[in-house]
Amino acid sequence: MTVASQVKQTLASLESIHAGLQNLALTSANEEAQKVFHETMLAAEEIIHDLTNRIGKLEFEEPEYKGF
Amino acid sequence: MPEWVAVIIRSLAIIIGLFVITKLLGKKQLSKLSFFEYITGITIGDIAGTLSMDVDLNLTNGIVSIIVWALIPFLVSYISLKSPKFQEFIEGKPTIFIKNGKIMEDNLKKEKFPLSSLLEQLRKHKIHHVSDVEFAILETTGELSVLLKKEKQPVTVGDLKKNVAPIKEPQNVILDGKIMDEALSTIGLNRRWLKEKLDQMGIAVENVFFAQVDSYGQLTVDLYDDKVKVPKPIEKELLLSSLKKVEADFELYALQTKNHEAKNMYLKNKEKMTKMIQTLTPFLQD
Repeated sequence: MTVASQVKQTLASLESIHAGLQNLALTSANEEAQKVFHETMLAAEEIIHDLTNRIGKLEFEEPEYKGF
Repeated sequence: MPEWVAVIIRSLAIIIGLFVITKLLGKKQLSKLSFFEYITGITIGDIAGTLSMDVDLNLTNGIVSIIVWALIPFLVSYISLKSPKFQEFIEGKPTIFIKNGKIMEDNLKKEKFPLSSLLEQLRKHKIHHVSDVEFAILETTGELSVLLKKEKQPVTVGDLKKNVAPIKEPQNVILDGKIMDEALSTIGLNRRWLKEKLDQMGIAVENVFFAQVDSYGQLTVDLYDDKVKVPKPIEKELLLSSLKKVEADFELYALQTKNHEAKNMYLKNKEKMTKMIQTLTPFLQD
């Protein structure tokens, strides 16, 4: 497995985490819990952004593995 | 009119009257019977019983008597609400039986409470050593309330963990096979959400006998067929484990890459993940 595909897997995990947190933020009955889930969801978004940038650079370095 | 017909009519009328009276007096009568309320309750019941049986008695007199006996406690509880002093006068004050771990003999005597009864009450609270008790008080209802010494108190979740996720009461969304729309809307969910959730678990709504949603939207299901195994809700555990996996991934990439900029990015995000896991752990762990 190339580095790019490994990083892409991590990105996929992160996106699923993001969706799970969003789900919990919407379905939690408790306001404090809602807040915590929402904040961590936003943090996950930032990390996803960083990682997407990195993947862009990796694809530039190894163009033969471009795409999924 | 034969006598038994009269008894039937009297009894029915009195039962209805008593029902109205108990509604007026409220639940307090049941939960916290003071001696006064206890006596009035018994007397009302006694008058009603005699009145319905004894045809020779004058019905009007009996009804007037019941109304008076019901009205007085009603007034008393009304005034007690307004004036704490009056309440203290009517219900009495609680008596301290054990203070600083020492038994107050004088107070026991005042309440005509034998020591053996005090010990019995303590045993009912699962206390066999008097030395474990810091403070005990006899409430006006005749019940003993006990405060244990700090080192003898049972451990609570708060003692063991610093951060504990708050919970709210669960909602029963399917009762006896029927979907409870009111309970669903209380937590901001609807029938479609419930159906999606059950589809994910591979269960048809018709097979569900009972379903409960906790304050994090997790569904617990009981089926009519007890032989079928139902998956336990594990979404939160899964989320936590995948968070940990991503954290580990970042650490690995940081070690592998030779690109300085990328290394810093991975390390920074690994820190972020660690922080996220820290804040989420109390919420995601049961």
